[in-house]
Amino acid sequence: MKAFLMYAGRDFDMAADLPDSITALTEDLGLDTLLHAMSGGDEFLLEVARRGVLTSLPDAGAITYRQQVLADCLENAPVVRDMYDVAVEAVLGSKRIYRGIFARSPDATLRWSIEALQLFTGLLRRLRQIADSRAAGFRSDGFRALFAALARELDEDYFQAVDDHLSQLRFRGGVLLSAELGQGAKGTRYVLRRGAPRQPGWLSRISGADRSGYTLRISDRDESGHQALAELRGRAVNLAANALAQSTDHILSFFTMLRYELGFYVGCLNLHDRLAGKGEPVCLPVPVPPGGAVALSFRGLYDVCLSLRLEDGRAVGNDASADGKALVIITGANQGGKSTFLRSVGLAQLMMQCGMFVAAESFAGTVATGLFTHYRREEDATLESGKLDEELSRMSQIADRVAPGGIVLFNESFAATNEREGAQIARQIIRALAESGVRVFLVTHLYELASGLHAQPPAAALFLRAQREPDGRRTFRVIEGEPEPTSYGPDLYQRIFGAVPDPARGG
Amino acid sequence: MAAVPFHSILFDEPGVALDRDQPAYFADLCLDQVAEAITAGRAEYDLTPFFYTRLRTAEAIAYRHEILSDLGDRALRDAIGCFARQMRTMREHLAQAAKLHYQRQRRSWFLDAVAVYGDAVTALASELTRADLRSRGLRACRDYLTGYVTSAGFRALYDETAGLKEQLAGIRYCLHIRDTRVRVTRYDEEADYGAAVAATFARFEQGAAADYRVRFGNLADMNHVEAGILDLVARLYPDIFAALDDYCARRRGYLDPTIAAFDREVQFYVAYLEFIAPLQAAGLAFCHPHVPGESKDVTGRAVFDVALAAKLVPAGRPVVTNDFRLAGPERVFVVSGPNQGGKTTFARAFGQLHHLASLGLPVPGRQARPLLFDRMFTHFERGENLQDLRGKLEDDLTRVHEILGQATGRSIVIMNEIFTSTTLQDAVFLGTRVLERIIELDLLCVCVTFVDELASLGASTVSMVGTVVPDNPAERTYRIIRKPADGLAYAIAIAEKYGLTYEALRERIAR
Repeated sequence: MKAFLMYAGRDFDMAADLPDSITALTEDLGLDTLLHAMSGGDEFLLEVARRGVLTSLPDAGAITYRQQVLADCLENAPVVRDMYDVAVEAVLGSKRIYRGIFARSPDATLRWSIEALQLFTGLLRRLRQIADSRAAGFRSDGFRALFAALARELDEDYFQAVDDHLSQLRFRGGVLLSAELGQGAKGTRYVLRRGAPRQPGWLSRISGADRSGYTLRISDRDESGHQALAELRGRAVNLAANALAQSTDHILSFFTMLRYELGFYVGCLNLHDRLAGKGEPVCLPVPVPPGGAVALSFRGLYDVCLSLRLEDGRAVGNDASADGKALVIITGANQGGKSTFLRSVGLAQLMMQCGMFVAAESFAGTVATGLFTHYRREEDATLESGKLDEELSRMSQIADRVAPGGIVLFNESFAATNEREGAQIARQIIRALAESGVRVFLVTHLYELASGLHAQPPAAALFLRAQREPDGRRTFRVIEGEPEPTSYGPDLYQRIFGAVPDPARGG
Repeated sequence: MAAVPFHSILFDEPGVALDRDQPAYFADLCLDQVAEAITAGRAEYDLTPFFYTRLRTAEAIAYRHEILSDLGDRALRDAIGCFARQMRTMREHLAQAAKLHYQRQRRSWFLDAVAVYGDAVTALASELTRADLRSRGLRACRDYLTGYVTSAGFRALYDETAGLKEQLAGIRYCLHIRDTRVRVTRYDEEADYGAAVAATFARFEQGAAADYRVRFGNLADMNHVEAGILDLVARLYPDIFAALDDYCARRRGYLDPTIAAFDREVQFYVAYLEFIAPLQAAGLAFCHPHVPGESKDVTGRAVFDVALAAKLVPAGRPVVTNDFRLAGPERVFVVSGPNQGGKTTFARAFGQLHHLASLGLPVPGRQARPLLFDRMFTHFERGENLQDLRGKLEDDLTRVHEILGQATGRSIVIMNEIFTSTTLQDAVFLGTRVLERIIELDLLCVCVTFVDELASLGASTVSMVGTVVPDNPAERTYRIIRKPADGLAYAIAIAEKYGLTYEALRERIAR
């Protein structure tokens, strides 16, 4: 029995290695804020959210599958949280049972397996009751399949069968086993046997032989003898104990997976509650299958992490239509919202591709094969490798992983060297990426680079600019506009220093 | 030649005394490391003396070459490997039997040891019969084994052993454990309950599961409960156990001493072939040299330091090989050139090749014609005692004097960086005197030196120079040739280094 709430017909893999690129992605997009909001302070939910968000789905169908499950969750939040609690109780409860075990022996394995199976039986009954009473309110394929499986497999016969086995395995009449002589005449191939040892006369034959057998008696004080006997018994019970323990594991793995998968949606519910509380809009995005011209258009797209950090205020939203554009270049004033805009695009893409809602009034975009960030690092250039060396080494790691259909977000990259050299390197990289079918979003203040790309774009390009009012005030909005040769650094200088900069150095 | 009765796979004539002392040149030539690597994991065979004991006649060397040629047959080597493993198992069984406390156990292990022995000898005899053998040694061995396994004595041993084992293996019994009692009965087709439980719970299975079966130790020893149970089993099957007791009393001296000796001695070849196999797999050639003779026209092609190669090859690093050749009046290689240039390695390779050839073994190189030398002397700079330079120079000279006193016209002398502890002028003077003496004695010599002048003392000397490998500065091994060459430096542009130029990046993403 499988939950299959994250994928149609597949488990959510919590053990898979996440690609190395996620460290940069997490940092550059400020993902921790998002993940913490999803976790609601719960360590487990944090890890589930991290994996859920960072494991992008490769196709639109898989995204839609999750969006439908998520829609059910939003409509039946209390029921979903209730089911999640059952899964948590199963996992944590069984951990309490395991914790008491020191010695590994088949007898001990039998004991805890029986205890765990008793716990699970109760919780499975609860799950079954929820399915019986609440299934009607769910419409997604994921939930309907889960409820159907619960109804089909957890019938009364099942519960009765489990109870019968648990009582049979207590071995009240002793253990019967067969053996052969192995190397060095040691007993081997111990096999547990079903037999009905004759009870009458048992005690009377303790010391002697009869026609069919002989009896060995271990004296009460012979401790090593008792141990040896327990070991023989263990060798016989071994397989049966193993079968029982494995069944325990299988049922536990169902609950574990249910906890992971519902945990992701509980995280979505947590985030939804936070944003709804602030009056921020969210929408289920439209994932566009790759293949045709690339699609990207949105209204009211905001940086969800920025919004979460603002106590009461709402983040500024942006609109853009970049359908058919493989290259988006964002230029303009410092502190004008370029980075925030780039982050909001990255976050929306990432959230869409894990099946979540996105922070926008509407959003439609082509599903990407991978999302990468290349941001200028302010402080971590080490002594042994120069800054440019470090930037190129990170770019090279991206080149190892990026494929056609991927997206790379550049934020002030290749500025570690002089403008001409930086532009030269960047142009080659951007052209190679664009011509390979990789979409590029580039925030840059390198006018040489931006204007060069404007004059000779290597692919269909959209040029955006951080908006600036005629009086120099920033709106933090990003609008369409070609690169301009100034970055408004003097404005910033003036605001911070409160003085007019030296005209000789301005501009 | 008439077939001689088989006595040894290593020596063509009986009665060769083994050298138990390591030759003095072993450590200088790193042959101690080589011998240790070859014999590693084979302590039980005590093979080291075979690697010390040089053969004195071309005939004795040819005896081994023949056998090694036969051993080129993979199937034959496998058969011998199989035989060796079985014989080892037999010894382990006997050792196990000796360690155990309960007599029934000891007897059971002894029976197993004899059974393994019987199978080992039978299989080897049959494999040797199948093989196309050319060597005198292996043919004689085959004839001996064939006679042995068809003898009435061996047949009786074999059949009795097999029969007894089968009877013991057929014993099946049941234990009913309840509280402190164990009841032992004959097995009576009771149903497998563990399988029934497993089958019942199989319906919950989903994919791979953890294994909760407890691994019970398989000590050879029994505890007293097991022994007590075994005694009761013996009472259920008294005839079988009585036969076992009788067998053990009669079969103590089952092992044939000639076969035991073969098992040990053939490991000399096997160990060496196993040692060189990975080097060969890495592209390094080994060859059967021309049977060493009296001629001082020694040659070697693609020769290398086998001790160094054994370290470099596992690390995936390249091994540089060298050629050498003496013709006519030439007797002395004077090796000079940059430090760490492979000069010492060259000198070692020359010495190793000669020692290994005198053992009748394949030598490191594509082709080789070594000298059948009577003695080999080495004198290697050791880098110690540098505080007492005068004392060291004196030691050097004393040692060289000793060597020259003992060497004959068939001796080899290898000198490595001697006289480094004195002035250049002294070194030129002393080096020249020593080499002149060596030439006068008509010795074969390799002289590694920083003194270029020594390289041109006359028709007897051949100058060899260490050089860098030109096209790969990262490669730190060097070749020894007759003329020097320059290294080349280069730098790579930074974007190219990261594969981020337009062309490089396109290619990477397309992949």
